[in-house]
Amino acid sequence: MARPLINIPAKVKRGQVFEIKTLISHIMETGFRYTTTGQRIPRDIITFFSCSYNGEEIFRADLYPAISANPFLTFFTTATESGTLEFKWSGDNGFSETATAPVTVE
Amino acid sequence: MKQSASRVRVLARCVAAIVILSVAGPAASTDIPLDQRRSGYADLGRDTKAMQDDDTANPATLWVLDGEALWNQKAGAANRACADCHNDATASMKGVAARYPAFSAARKAPVDLEQRINLCRTEQQQATPFSFESRELLALTAFIGRQSRGMPIAPPADEKLKPAIEAGRKLFTQRMGQIDMSCAQCHDDNWGKQLASSLVPQGHPTGYPIYRLEWQGLGSLQRRLRNCIIGMRAEPFEYGAPEAVALEAYLMWRARGLPVETPGVRP
Repeated sequence: MARPLINIPAKVKRGQVFEIKTLISHIMETGFRYTTTGQRIPRDIITFFSCSYNGEEIFRADLYPAISANPFLTFFTTATESGTLEFKWSGDNGFSETATAPVTVE
Repeated sequence: MKQSASRVRVLARCVAAIVILSVAGPAASTDIPLDQRRSGYADLGRDTKAMQDDDTANPATLWVLDGEALWNQKAGAANRACADCHNDATASMKGVAARYPAFSAARKAPVDLEQRINLCRTEQQQATPFSFESRELLALTAFIGRQSRGMPIAPPADEKLKPAIEAGRKLFTQRMGQIDMSCAQCHDDNWGKQLASSLVPQGHPTGYPIYRLEWQGLGSLQRRLRNCIIGMRAEPFEYGAPEAVALEAYLMWRARGLPVETPGVRP
């Protein structure tokens, strides 16, 4: 499985509001579907996402079965200091994934 | 004498009828003029276009990255990776997806890109072939296809491929299924109109394998063809069937010159 994709500007100015785009590979099986033999396909989704900027949480989301496969989440934050963005996804069946991205503030 | 002259006349009339029939037959269906062809991309909504244009927003990128990993991963009894023979895919695979399906001397038949990958897998790597629509096969196909992005679709001018293109054209224009429809009735004659709430596209395979929002995943051209054929309430061709490859070959010939968009995003 491919690693999550993070897209942020290469450089941002102090005080600038910039967009963070995240894309992760996941089937997001709703738990509402049945096989051709009538067996329920168990739910398998990401339930939680969070992003922290130099250790401080800046964005958090709970995810539900209506969210599409390969969730693409985008949000904004204000550039303060150079440092690191940390991303965390967790979900059913012990799913857990992390990613980091450097932020360069000039 | 008189009798033989009338016989000649009857014969001449028959020949004329055959000539007219063959002109009006499926081979001369109303092709879309070359300059009026448009990729399905042109009719996408703004959001879907943005999704395809930005690699980090295009979910198919996840498969492309998987494909890149597979490219470099040793496999099979030969313990060889694709990269061991083909080296850097950005150079060696450039333009490859734009010219498939192509005639395979080994199979003595036309093969599409997926089948070509599996040929390499069984013969060079001595590994088990990937099943159709498996994540691995789609990933490798997307990764190889990605190397041709922006290049014009260029079916090979191979005499051996021509029968497949002709067979594909016949299938495209042939009525089939309970609805008794042909592909051409929608995609040649009625493109740009609505089918329920959906726009009827011209049906050019410019971005395969595509990430289809309806599928919530990546899928091949053959999977897409099955969708249409089931919609026509006809029996779909098996994956890898000669008919399916012939249809693919005709569709690529029909889209010749249009740029490759792989991996595309479609509704």
